[in-house]
Amino acid sequence: MSDIVQNILKGDQRSIARLITLAENNDKIATTAMKDIHPYTGNAQVIGITGVMGSGKSTLICELTRLYRKLGKTVGIIAIDPTSPFSGGALLGDRVRMMELAMDDGVFIRSLGTRGMLGGLTSAVYDVVEILDACGKDVVIVETVGVGQAEVDIIKIADTTLVVIVPGLGDSIQTLKAGVMEIADIYVINKADRPGVEQTIAEVESLVDITCSGKDRKTPVLSTIAKQGKGIDVLLQEIEDHRSYLEKTHLFEKQRRLRYEAELVEIIRKRLMSFIFDEQTCKQRINDLLDRIGEKKTDPYTAAEEILGTILK
Amino acid sequence: MVERKIRVLVAKPGLDGHDRGAKIVARALRDAGMEVIYTGLHQTAEMIVEAAIQEDVDVVGLSLLSGAHMTLFVDVAKLLKKNGLDEVLIIGGGIIPVEDVPKLQKEGIAAVFGPGTPTEKIVEYIIKNVKR
Repeated sequence: MSDIVQNILKGDQRSIARLITLAENNDKIATTAMKDIHPYTGNAQVIGITGVMGSGKSTLICELTRLYRKLGKTVGIIAIDPTSPFSGGALLGDRVRMMELAMDDGVFIRSLGTRGMLGGLTSAVYDVVEILDACGKDVVIVETVGVGQAEVDIIKIADTTLVVIVPGLGDSIQTLKAGVMEIADIYVINKADRPGVEQTIAEVESLVDITCSGKDRKTPVLSTIAKQGKGIDVLLQEIEDHRSYLEKTHLFEKQRRLRYEAELVEIIRKRLMSFIFDEQTCKQRINDLLDRIGEKKTDPYTAAEEILGTILK
Repeated sequence: MVERKIRVLVAKPGLDGHDRGAKIVARALRDAGMEVIYTGLHQTAEMIVEAAIQEDVDVVGLSLLSGAHMTLFVDVAKLLKKNGLDEVLIIGGGIIPVEDVPKLQKEGIAAVFGPGTPTEKIVEYIIKNVKR
């Protein structure tokens, strides 16, 4: 086992931070380290938080973390913000709302850019969850980018997914649409001191009435004012109740299997992509094929089959 | 496919509440393809260094307009060193009298960029001087 893994298992902050960087950069050292780390994972409770931008996700996480700390639990936070498709740069600003947690040894916060991923997460997020899990964090909270309607990848990684909504974002038709509104294990109506909150709660509750009819668990609809710390205790209790529900119904193992499947697929996708676009292997062939497609000497499907043929031979 | 990105922490130590300059620099670095972690106002040296460790940054950029740079910039530099983050490039900006610049450089603040500095100059400096 490498030094970096041993140090991570001891909880060394700099080693944790460095391995996360290496994983994000697809460095070979990270691949080896992640193989060593896997046996030490699976203990942390993973909570996903998603919702539109500005709905108060970071503030909510800060308050929730404070409460978990009071209960003596350690917390890892992964805060994801979008990477610019133009410059490749990112402004990672979720930490601003969490700085009061910065001096607590029991809390580790890491900001990540999406680096080209579209589902609200980033490719390395599976590794980062495993690293924080292995270093001994009891709870790992993943904050997605501010989402629109279709970014639902968070359910693949979280045991419990919270969808955060704020009053005044549209009528009841919005709550009926497919996508983000389908993935909640708990709905959180944040900024509940704003006008229109009763209507928003009523609309989400009526959605729950329809979608949960005949099921053994009804998705809770909670209201919070994160900035004032209101409603957070009830939220934490609901998260714990959901966890017990998963364990009681054996859905927990199913959820974890879903995460491993997503991670496996992501690793294969990354490897294939780097093979296909690697200078040494396929890049030149792809350029030749693009020329031939343009000249109508071949078509995109035949070209794709030719490339896949090289990989699968 | 190894893809490295320069990670920069932009922080405002101490009590001054003016972050327009810091935000403009943060945005320019973002547009130059860097990952910028913005920590907001009123940070202590300890908070800044803790964030630098957890975020595994290559650069710490400090902005200060209150006049307390000789204390606060130097505190951050010392604390980074104490935690073994010798490789981190430290740069500063804000209202810093020219006669203070050599003193700051002696304490480990590699460069100071005053008002009116074109943001390209800061980008260029970071790319040229980042240590890993």
